[in-house]
Amino acid sequence: MLRYYLELAVRSLKRSPGLTALMVLAIGFGVAASMTTYSVFRAVSGDPIPWKSSRLFVPQIDAWGPSAHRDGSIEPVDALSYTDAMALMRDHRAKLQSPIYIISSSVVPTRPGEHPFNVSGHVVYGEFFPMVEAPFRYGSGWSADDDRQRSAVAVISSKLNRKLFGGENSIGKSVNVEGRNYRVVGVLDEWNPQPRFYDIQNTGGFSTASDDLFLPFERAIEWGIPNDGNTGCVKPPEESGFVGLQRSSCVWLGYLAQLDNAKAVSAYRDYLESYARDQQHSGRFTWAPNIRLHDLPAWLVSEQVVPSDTKISLLVALGLLVVCLVNTSGLLLAKFLRRSGEIGVRRALGAGRLAIYAQFLTEAGMIGVAGGLLGIALTGVGILGVGVVLPKGTAALATLDMSLLLLTLAVAVFATLLAGLYPTFRAARVQPAWQLKSN
Amino acid sequence: MTLHPILAALRKHKSGVVLIALQIALTLAIVCNALFIIGQRIHNINQPTGLVEEDLFLVSQQWVGTPGSDTAAGAERLDAMQKEDLAALRSMPDVASVAPTTSLPLYSSSRVGSVGINPGNGEYDSTSKGTALASYFFMDEQALTTLGLKLVSGRFFHADEVQHYSGGEQRTPDLIVITKAMAEKLFPDKDAVGQVLYLDGAAAPTRVIGVVERLQGAVWAKTFAWNGVLVPARLNSTYSRYAVRARPGRRDAAMKAVPSVLYGVNPMRVLDDEESVKSFERIRNDAYQSDMGMAILMGVVSVILIGVTATGIVGLTSFWVGQRRKQIGVRRALGARKVDILHYFQLENLTIACGGAIIGILLALGLNFWLMRNFGMDRIPVPWVIVGVAAVLLLGQFAVFVPARRASNVPPVAATRSV
Repeated sequence: MLRYYLELAVRSLKRSPGLTALMVLAIGFGVAASMTTYSVFRAVSGDPIPWKSSRLFVPQIDAWGPSAHRDGSIEPVDALSYTDAMALMRDHRAKLQSPIYIISSSVVPTRPGEHPFNVSGHVVYGEFFPMVEAPFRYGSGWSADDDRQRSAVAVISSKLNRKLFGGENSIGKSVNVEGRNYRVVGVLDEWNPQPRFYDIQNTGGFSTASDDLFLPFERAIEWGIPNDGNTGCVKPPEESGFVGLQRSSCVWLGYLAQLDNAKAVSAYRDYLESYARDQQHSGRFTWAPNIRLHDLPAWLVSEQVVPSDTKISLLVALGLLVVCLVNTSGLLLAKFLRRSGEIGVRRALGAGRLAIYAQFLTEAGMIGVAGGLLGIALTGVGILGVGVVLPKGTAALATLDMSLLLLTLAVAVFATLLAGLYPTFRAARVQPAWQLKSN
Repeated sequence: MTLHPILAALRKHKSGVVLIALQIALTLAIVCNALFIIGQRIHNINQPTGLVEEDLFLVSQQWVGTPGSDTAAGAERLDAMQKEDLAALRSMPDVASVAPTTSLPLYSSSRVGSVGINPGNGEYDSTSKGTALASYFFMDEQALTTLGLKLVSGRFFHADEVQHYSGGEQRTPDLIVITKAMAEKLFPDKDAVGQVLYLDGAAAPTRVIGVVERLQGAVWAKTFAWNGVLVPARLNSTYSRYAVRARPGRRDAAMKAVPSVLYGVNPMRVLDDEESVKSFERIRNDAYQSDMGMAILMGVVSVILIGVTATGIVGLTSFWVGQRRKQIGVRRALGARKVDILHYFQLENLTIACGGAIIGILLALGLNFWLMRNFGMDRIPVPWVIVGVAAVLLLGQFAVFVPARRASNVPPVAATRSV
């Protein structure tokens, strides 16, 4: 029976090629616009570490007090001061944890005659690597002993490894950062989580710059490798330089902690609360404890990682899809009702209403498939276009993969069937007697 | 011609009419807001920065293996290196002038502080009366010509007023130049030149010696984009930035020559990536890329939307014309002229479009309100909506013309034929 309906549908669609083309174009463009913007939305709203994000937490401690809240909100600032970050690290209450700051350092190549170049990286404790499950090609992260002894060790990206050592196993070789040598203990595999969840504050989530260098925290602090990220202050540091920044109330450090279950989370929250209360008792804070402990998904939301432009675009494109559907619905209505005579004959010859439904929904579905195929092609064009118009950091993430392909087709067919429902309902209500008579 | 027969006929095609009206309403709502977004983004992009942007580029470089600027000796050494670089750049044949600077308008990296007309208590304050947030630019006396700033009152720095100190040091300058927007905000009813300001909560005063027309802050400095403070100083740190004005038309040649000149002064520096020597044109494009992208996207969506709606009107009206051939024939046979038939369909479309536009205005304002609440968009001005309404009405008339003309060509003899 389906084959018969398909045949009927093809015949009907061929009879008015102009109208058919209009409907296919409308569905194609509507779906493509939605899918293109959705691909960007999907890229920026993704979970960078889905198997673990609910166990990773970002602690916040209000280090500035109520007078610093200019807009009436009571949210603590989204970074930690050096004093607080180091206290949390010393107390070591989470399973794994690390303060984090971003650096931009010069690396001097080993081969003579080459100019020094800049790499972007992060300063962390050794616990960072197992916590974020960074994949290693060679070697591993450094140990707690290395942290304690302030060993001059480094983890580098595979990109930096290619650039410096031609991609071979470089464990044990040394890399010259800011004029000082560090021993390579680990080379990362290709690893570029997006959004870059361990440093939302400085990347806004998305960055085309690769993260090429990781240095041990206490080693980097002692050698004065400065923070290259945002620094927020309620008052200027009293002493100058990087040391002055460390002693100030300015916030510039990120922090990540792994807490494996609800009990650990509530214990850590209590700990933060009691830490802030101790600070209040000691007179460093003159305000009641104001702490937050967001898990990673909640943190990404509170940092507004998905740009509002992306949301508006998706919304507008969905609006376009709705208009395309209303449009298709109108055209299908015209097309179906024009065939009232044919419907009358079929009904008079014994076809039930369900048969009419099947016939016309098949026809709508066919338009949906054609629109979907056009939509896939146009989505491909759209995603290429996005690469031109959007900032590289987010545009690079929008890709046409198998799942988007299938989704495009599914949305097109489902939407067209939806649009076809009312016209089909009207077609099925055609009175056979009246049609036959009027002919 | 009266509306009565049109309304009576429309009642027979309720669903078709509702679908067209709905489509017009949605199109109006979305296109109005999309065009408003485009308008706002274009407005942002077209704002002048206060610079003469042609022939200007920025060099950012970093020295390797220097002692750092935290000690006095280190700062002196870095300043000497900066002066060597400046001298080398200034002697380049394609270069007209050079000034050290910490940032440029629309550049991603910028230092922000608070400025007040009363002595501070050591804390940043930008919320009390007589205070403001501002972008700081540390520059020397040649910045006025290099950047092409326009001095509106007072004077610019003299060479002997330019100090140098470590970038990590908080020092209150003796004198500054501020932007006109800043001057008008802090000194609404007097000339800012000669007045004193207190920077970053300092207790010590800083004298304003001049006012420049405008100098925009970083692209993220949205609420205080036009508040600028120019400090006469070379900041010493392991990195430095130089604003370079090339001789007219020689920008690209000058940019190409910069790396070898600076490597010639001192090879132990980072200057290899494409961010190191960057034309202001590229700084501007990078800063506004997302605005531009959004405007293009909204434009594409609007064009598709208008196209789809127009074809929808054509399709459905054609169907109606086909359906009513006999009635049209009867009317023609009874004496209606071709133009009467044409007008009938045009008026019919106008009626539907008006209905759609009324719903559309409500939807447009509703969508705008929702965008305001959730995404901090501005309120859409009434003229935009009126233009939008006019546009969809015109769109309807334009789309209906072809099928309406076909209807007017139906011969009177059609009345006598069955279907």
